[in-house]
Amino acid sequence: MSIRHTAALAALLLLGTAPFAQAADKPTDPQIAHIAYTAGVIDVEAAKLAIEKSKTKAVVDFANDMVRDHEAVNVQALDLVKKLKVTPQDNATSQGLSKAAAEERAKLAKLDGAAFDKAYVDNEVAYHKQVNGALETLLIPSASNAELKSLLETGLKIFQGHEQHAEHVAGMLK
Amino acid sequence: MPKRHLWIALMLAAGIVPAKAETIQVTIDRLVFSPATVEAKVGDTIEWVNKDVFAHTATVKGSWEVMIPPKKSASLTLKAAGPVDYFCRFHPNMKGRLVVAP
Repeated sequence: MSIRHTAALAALLLLGTAPFAQAADKPTDPQIAHIAYTAGVIDVEAAKLAIEKSKTKAVVDFANDMVRDHEAVNVQALDLVKKLKVTPQDNATSQGLSKAAAEERAKLAKLDGAAFDKAYVDNEVAYHKQVNGALETLLIPSASNAELKSLLETGLKIFQGHEQHAEHVAGMLK
Repeated sequence: MPKRHLWIALMLAAGIVPAKAETIQVTIDRLVFSPATVEAKVGDTIEWVNKDVFAHTATVKGSWEVMIPPKKSASLTLKAAGPVDYFCRFHPNMKGRLVVAP
């Protein structure tokens, strides 16, 4: 384990990003592609639940933005793996993310009204923070293909934008 | 009026031409407004060219907003002088600035 990985692992553990902690061993490009794609799908699924449940315009608008952006990123990701002839590979990190997301969705599904709005938006802030941390410290540094790295860097900018957007919506709900 | 002809000749000789309104392009590529700062004057048009597959906005808090769809362009003609900071409402980490002369 290189120093960079030890640092990345330490950073992930400090951030409490449990699903990513298992990815301390350098993920391969096929695994990274799978993780990035999964992270996007999770956010789209959470957004679809919000579009269905929320009655608050700012929350529904935000959720629609999430669907639009993450689906666009994932179309690019699929185009890239096709072009590179890479098959995304399922892995412990993807599985951990999916499991945590399923638990979060089950929690959200039980809520309504203002309680739902707050829980959804707060989770969006936390989730985007978590994914940003993983992109910065683990996924981008581990990516060996230049085009994949570049797509992840664009993904990081999108996620950072979403995090700020979610924080703004959270502020409106207070 | 020969005097006026002389005046125009002098202006032309000095290279003083009344400013014409221009269109200034700002490109959006991978969530970056470029150039980030644009110097313009009232009457100029800013054209944002979105190369991303993502929708963006150019938004001034409490003032105007321009929607810029994916892979499309959108324009705004500047009506007021002064510096103005704008951002993308969907991705507030994207920032730009217009410095508008009268």
